[in-house]
Amino acid sequence: MSEEQKKDPILEKPTSRREFLKNSGLTVGGLVLGGALGGTFLSKTETVTKEVEVEVPVEVPASSDTQHETHETHEVPNYTDALQYFTRLEDFLVLSAATETIYPEDEHGPGAIKLGAPFYIDKQLASPWGRNADDYMVRPFRPGESPLTRSEIVLQGVRKLNEVSQEKHSIAFNELSEEQQIAILTDFESGNIEMELTSSASFFTFLRQLTLEGCFSDPLYGGNKNMEGWKMKEFPGAQMSYVHVVESKEFVKIDPISLSAHIKH
Amino acid sequence: MVTKLPKVNVVTVGIGWMGGIVAAELTKAGFNVVGLDKGKEKNLKDYALTHDELRYKNRGEGLQKTTNETHTVRNTLDEEAYPVRSKLSAIIGDGIGGGGSHWAAQTHRYYPYDFEIRTKTIEKYGEDKIPKDMTIQDWGITYDELEPYYDKFEKMAGISGEPDPNYPQRSNPYPNPPLKKNELIRMYEETTKKLGYKPFMIPTGTVSQTYTNPDGQQLNACQYCSFCSQNYCEFGAKADPVITVIPTAQKTGKFELRAHSKVTRVLHENGKATGVLYQDTRTGEMYEQPADLVVLSSFVFSNVRLLLLSGIGKPYDPISGTGVIGKNFTDHHNAVSATGLFDDKKFNNYAATGAYGMTFTDFTGDLIDHSNLDFLHGGEIEARFSGNSPIGTNLTPPGSPKWGREFKKLSLFYHNRAISLFSQFATLPYKHHYLDLDPNYKDINGDPLIRITWDYSDNDRGIHKFIQEKEVELLKAMGATHIIPAPMADHFTGHLAYQHNSGGAIMGADPETSAVNKYLQMWDMENLFVCGASAFPHFGVTNPTTTASALTYHATEGMIKYLKEGGGLLAQTKKEKTLA
Repeated sequence: MSEEQKKDPILEKPTSRREFLKNSGLTVGGLVLGGALGGTFLSKTETVTKEVEVEVPVEVPASSDTQHETHETHEVPNYTDALQYFTRLEDFLVLSAATETIYPEDEHGPGAIKLGAPFYIDKQLASPWGRNADDYMVRPFRPGESPLTRSEIVLQGVRKLNEVSQEKHSIAFNELSEEQQIAILTDFESGNIEMELTSSASFFTFLRQLTLEGCFSDPLYGGNKNMEGWKMKEFPGAQMSYVHVVESKEFVKIDPISLSAHIKH
Repeated sequence: MVTKLPKVNVVTVGIGWMGGIVAAELTKAGFNVVGLDKGKEKNLKDYALTHDELRYKNRGEGLQKTTNETHTVRNTLDEEAYPVRSKLSAIIGDGIGGGGSHWAAQTHRYYPYDFEIRTKTIEKYGEDKIPKDMTIQDWGITYDELEPYYDKFEKMAGISGEPDPNYPQRSNPYPNPPLKKNELIRMYEETTKKLGYKPFMIPTGTVSQTYTNPDGQQLNACQYCSFCSQNYCEFGAKADPVITVIPTAQKTGKFELRAHSKVTRVLHENGKATGVLYQDTRTGEMYEQPADLVVLSSFVFSNVRLLLLSGIGKPYDPISGTGVIGKNFTDHHNAVSATGLFDDKKFNNYAATGAYGMTFTDFTGDLIDHSNLDFLHGGEIEARFSGNSPIGTNLTPPGSPKWGREFKKLSLFYHNRAISLFSQFATLPYKHHYLDLDPNYKDINGDPLIRITWDYSDNDRGIHKFIQEKEVELLKAMGATHIIPAPMADHFTGHLAYQHNSGGAIMGADPETSAVNKYLQMWDMENLFVCGASAFPHFGVTNPTTTASALTYHATEGMIKYLKEGGGLLAQTKKEKTLA
């Protein structure tokens, strides 16, 4: 909790979602929403997390999410860090390396891999969105349009990253130095790399966007592990109310909560 | 096989704001109304657990899928149109409530100048000031005639705001006080006043205090949670048909709402509508719903497409400029923006609402002298806060990288140090900008899609340049360290970011140049009313819902009169005094 909040006694009592709804009167037919809401934006998760080395059978970039239950002695592995869309581990390793170059770990906090962005991307590519299920896919596709799905574009792009890396440096993309990876990604971003039925610039746009989504979407999707992405941006997450903060002249730092806190209690 | 259902007084097609207003007013007057909507059912219960940027902003939950139906776009008459394939670029509200559930709820009125734009422009500057192919025309209704209906909408929706000092013609104050001011709003207010402008809090349907509207529906107080524009409001604090006009209609016992019901034709005989043909989108089964009065109350594209598919009204011809259905289509997505970053200040930008901010209108309408300007009308300049959602907000100084180490460092530093100025401006119609049916692409039933022919104009470019200079000047005066003016795109791509389109079934006083009269009644079919921004002859400076709703409230009086008095045109035809 920040200094600003500590000064305000109203802000010290965290309120659960259920209590909020009770206080707000919404559950009993929409009564007055008013002054009784103090502190509702301060609910915080009870879970304590810490970084743990995980032993995995193959070398996969591990996210920092291994959860530690406070009342139990054993560690619960994160069963969701597995693949739904990618079929070749080598593709996933290239993807992971590319996301980390786009959003690297530094003194401000974790990068894309520790935030879980690669696993997030895998899940998104397997989703209806990845398959363009809600899109109008009727032919003909005009010049400049791609008939491929989003997941097909990303998969082709990831393999192309590796192909270019092998051609130029004779090693996998994920084995390259950061500078070498940056040079190749820059070529893709500029649209200089030939791709089939799409462009390397389109692929790069997806890759960058997906990486940012994996760093900053609600943790429910598998990225933004432990809300570390939000913490770096000092973004308070899925809060219920800022009615007591909005007029403040000074910046008020609030510990984030995620959507899981809306149904946990 | 078509199942024919029992006849009702009124059938309305599409249940968002327009359909909801029609249903509420007509059922209160004692008529039976059936509402058909191709989307799903939803209500306030569906709005809990929606504090999710990815699901609503990035993945378009709440938007109609484009799998089976979309629209196509081209810039000029000689191009082949492209379909808009992603629902994220179509942005049409899905389900009961439509766009009225995921709007930002910014609720300005249009200005007296808008309704008589052609007459007033000619009076002041002469006819030569209007470019030859610009088809601005008077609306067939004046601001004074419409004012009581603006008032009615604002009271129904609990609008929170304060009067615009430039346009004081109001019969009543807003029903609720404006929202609270954050630090950046206070800075904007101080600076704009210093520069001689007249700022005021943006009027909004995110309600500043608990409020019960004249229909007895309650709106709760806004919590500034920022999950607003593309999200639904789980608090019931954002005006939405689902918590206002729809329950008002349902309370009468005279409103039947049918979801998953896609209207494919307006049926008509001997110049009068007899009802509508619709499809259960789940089974494909067809139904005929006969009615005394048919109302089209969907978004612009659906209203105009249904008229064209049903063979009602004379389709517009962009070569001769004759005909009316499809005429004067305008898009309103080309806002002018500039962002300021502050090295020495940090703000609580995570706290906001959909239409939270302050604006001034000193450069709108005929408030400025256009004699030496290369455009007509103008734009407002608003400081707007809708929450610095973390996926979408990655601001960095001009010229800095968009990914990698430097990007991370800078985008984290500036995350809570930014203000975005945003200008909505009027888009004016042209002879060669219109809607028709696409010759190539079809929906799942084999019916042609609607086709947009539209591009930015010199008028748009003139306003853009003029306004952006003012924005940069203002950001400098506010003390921004870095200023990032967003460039104007060369061409319209068909990517729609919010539901701001108008025209295609425009209103007016002359059947030769308009599709509907001031009661939104079709000149060519007296028991068919077409409600919504499809009636706007041009797009005014600001968001369309307020004016579309006021016109629809006015239209419902006409509908009631029509039903009670047994028919007839509600407005006399009169030729416009000026030459087109």
